[in-house]
Amino acid sequence: MNLWQFLLQNHVEVFELTLEHLWLVAISTGLAILVGIPLGILITRQPWLNKPILGSANIIQTIPSLALFGFLLPAPWIGARADRLAILALMLYALLPLIRNTYTGIKGVDPTVVEAGRCMGLTDWQLLFEVELPLALSVIIAGVRVATVMTVGLATIAAAIGAGGLGEYIFRGLAMVNNAVILAGAIPAALMALAADMGFGWLERKLSHH
Amino acid sequence: MEISPHDSAIEFRNVSYRLKSGAELLHNLSLDIRRGETLVLLGRSGSGKTTTLKLINRILTASEGEIRVDGRPLCQWDVIRLRRMMGYVIQDVGLFPHYTVERNIGLVPKIEGWPAKRVQERVHELLQLVGLEPQMASRYPRELSGGQQQRVGVARALAVDPPFLLMDEPFGALDPLTRSELQREFLGLQARLQKTVVFVTHDLREALLLGSRIALLDAGRLVGVHTKAEFNASQDSLVLAYKRAFDTGVGEHS
Repeated sequence: MNLWQFLLQNHVEVFELTLEHLWLVAISTGLAILVGIPLGILITRQPWLNKPILGSANIIQTIPSLALFGFLLPAPWIGARADRLAILALMLYALLPLIRNTYTGIKGVDPTVVEAGRCMGLTDWQLLFEVELPLALSVIIAGVRVATVMTVGLATIAAAIGAGGLGEYIFRGLAMVNNAVILAGAIPAALMALAADMGFGWLERKLSHH
Repeated sequence: MEISPHDSAIEFRNVSYRLKSGAELLHNLSLDIRRGETLVLLGRSGSGKTTTLKLINRILTASEGEIRVDGRPLCQWDVIRLRRMMGYVIQDVGLFPHYTVERNIGLVPKIEGWPAKRVQERVHELLQLVGLEPQMASRYPRELSGGQQQRVGVARALAVDPPFLLMDEPFGALDPLTRSELQREFLGLQARLQKTVVFVTHDLREALLLGSRIALLDAGRLVGVHTKAEFNASQDSLVLAYKRAFDTGVGEHS
């Protein structure tokens, strides 16, 4: 059976697994954005937290993904369901590019502009929302882009702990030594990563002020 | 609240400023800035002019001594309120690149809670005041020439009609013709608005043209405060050096 026959015969399942994959990626990246961007802002305000926070995010990245799933297994509530576990692990991996790009983006804002804002009597929050975040936005979006593309790929491994997604086909194909089944998981995942890359790339260019 | 004795708007009393490294950028400065005057801080790079300016709006904090604004010690002011009554204009302008001219000028009024209509009216009034066409309102800073940008910078500083203006070499980066235009317009504006202006420059001609009085700084110390007549008559060696440099200076003629 070749790839096309497989896709035609299983189109409902392919669609379901793609949706499941998309859901894993969206929830975990979304959570990572909610956590990572505030952390990135925090370390521009509290420089002493810079090393511990960026350092931890860095260390998480070095843990092999299968091992991280294993480490999180005994965690209460989280470990009870495979999708929770997968989402937490994927979120942790996505943190680094988000924290780092938020920090770099804000630090990269022209100091003259920041000082002008401060001298005009903007409060710290006004300075953040009126000046720093809008000017750092394209760099932050670049971080979201990297995080999303990375998560699409990593989420295939979530199938190893039974969290579903397109990784199901990849692992099944490996077990069956059937390239068509592997490709049925790998190609939609690759297309998804490509679409995310192009979409966020477009947004990034649109938001750039230079 | 105390009333200051001779209507000094800003008073420096034995103010020193040191870096953490111990280097002293300003030593024992005592200076009165009178209401409605343009006090020029004149000196070479590193003489402490900009430091003095940044102490006034609390971007920097004095290591020793006391600064009073309207008779009230600086530490008793709410820093945000203090800065909003001090328009600030710098050489690099520092316009917000992501905002139109209108939003740049209207930001502080908006934050102060002015109704949108009043902000818009104020922006157009200010554009006229600094000699810009009303259609400039929708432009972005990168679409303006250096001279136009600094006009917007001045308009932005005047947005909420602050009683003070702090200006740090505002015309230093402009070509000589534009600079001389903006200097003349500044004189016209100041004659009408009567702000208390502290103006930093290293250009003696600019100091003599714009200043009611000139405070000469050297290596973090105040050499003297002179009116134009006093400055011209002074036999102080640094004053003489300045006059020599600008009488024979090449390419500085405006």
